[in-house]
Amino acid sequence: MSDIGWAGVAISGLLVLVAVALSLWRQLGLERTIAWAAVRAAGQLLAVGGLLTVLLDPDVSILWSWLWVVAMVVFAAFTVRRRASEVPQVFTLALAAFGVASFVILGVLFGLGVFELEPRTLIPLAGLMIGNSMTATVLVARRLYDELRDKRDEVEARLALGQPSTEAARPYVRSALRTALTPQIETTKAVGLVILPGAMTGLILAGVDPVDAVMVQIAVMYVVLGSAAITSTVVSLGVQRRLFTRDHRLLPTPSSNG
Amino acid sequence: MDASGAVPAAGVTVVVGPSGSGKSTLLRLCNRLEVPEAGVVRFRGDDLANLDPLHLRRRVGMVFQRPTPFTGTVRENLRVAEPALGDAAAVTALERVGLSGAFVDRDARQLSGGEAQRVCLARTLVTNPEVVLMDEVTSSVDPSATRALEELGAGLAAAGVPVLWVTHDLAQMRRLGDHVLVVIAGKIVHSGGAAALEADAPASVREFLAGGATHE
Repeated sequence: MSDIGWAGVAISGLLVLVAVALSLWRQLGLERTIAWAAVRAAGQLLAVGGLLTVLLDPDVSILWSWLWVVAMVVFAAFTVRRRASEVPQVFTLALAAFGVASFVILGVLFGLGVFELEPRTLIPLAGLMIGNSMTATVLVARRLYDELRDKRDEVEARLALGQPSTEAARPYVRSALRTALTPQIETTKAVGLVILPGAMTGLILAGVDPVDAVMVQIAVMYVVLGSAAITSTVVSLGVQRRLFTRDHRLLPTPSSNG
Repeated sequence: MDASGAVPAAGVTVVVGPSGSGKSTLLRLCNRLEVPEAGVVRFRGDDLANLDPLHLRRRVGMVFQRPTPFTGTVRENLRVAEPALGDAAAVTALERVGLSGAFVDRDARQLSGGEAQRVCLARTLVTNPEVVLMDEVTSSVDPSATRALEELGAGLAAAGVPVLWVTHDLAQMRRLGDHVLVVIAGKIVHSGGAAALEADAPASVREFLAGGATHE
């Protein structure tokens, strides 16, 4: 078990000074940004650590942990809205997407007994799941919105042939989903070869047997893959519903020339 | 758009007017890609609002200004309109628009503008529409393809499929129109037979017609 202590943290902080020094030497102008990022990361993590200490206390109800999961879902939905602001009502869509993904994934992990349901497992797993599927969610929302706007002529030509809107949108939904999921699939393939993922590294550093750490990591990778697929699919269906009317018309989008 | 008028159930009806006058909107209303904010669009007496849009769009086919070939071969393009389309029927559909059967295996995205526009017409005709809407279909193709598309439009009308043909090209209107609707600033300002048009029309229409071609 490695316990680095405050001294260890302080000494590792020397590496931040190295980064600052390099920035000064190469005149990158990033010294303040680097310092602020380092301080902010430490602050955020210490706050989370403190909160976790409280939540992991056996006397504290697991409801508080669930509340944290809900807060993470809401925060993630806000982040998606910020990064895909052009997509109408993307906040609601992201909220629904993370909600569905949490239900399915946590249902499998805890319902089928992969992990024991306790704050110690719930919070990190929900965090990994939500945090790692945010990028795919943003990508699919933006990509699908752009596709349906830029290829408006094509989509309307499909509609004019009598295709229902779901059918007319299918090629574009497919391409948006593939684009959004490919990075995650590539990461999954490279894991262990190029990437030593954080969860596993952390467990090994904390003294857990590498094989046990690897098993947890495999489960985590599957969680992330599954949740990225679920969130992006839910969002793609939602964007489609927002952009088409019930009577199969494609609504005008702000910068289209229709 | 504040238009009122009727399109005869035969021949080529040319919708003409300056750019931005609402010609395309008129066609989009007929194909139900748009719905009127007020008023009624009727097809053979039925209010479009009461008809199934998907079925209506197959009865009222539409070809757009810019060719819209879909990814894939010409055969796959035709099958978007009719998934069960066999090879023989695909060849027939292409021959109907003056393309050889050899086109079925071509990549639709690699065709010239004129070829692609004909494939788009073939794709629309595969659904056996009762009426065909042509929205400035010759505006991005060369003169020989323009002639070919005009002949196809006239041919359809002669074969009993009325055509509603939008253009801003007055020469094209004179070549094609059995009936003419003049649309200016969102209003149908004149509707009449093409032959008597210049004489019958009110001053504002004569002025537009005398102005020669306007540019989109």
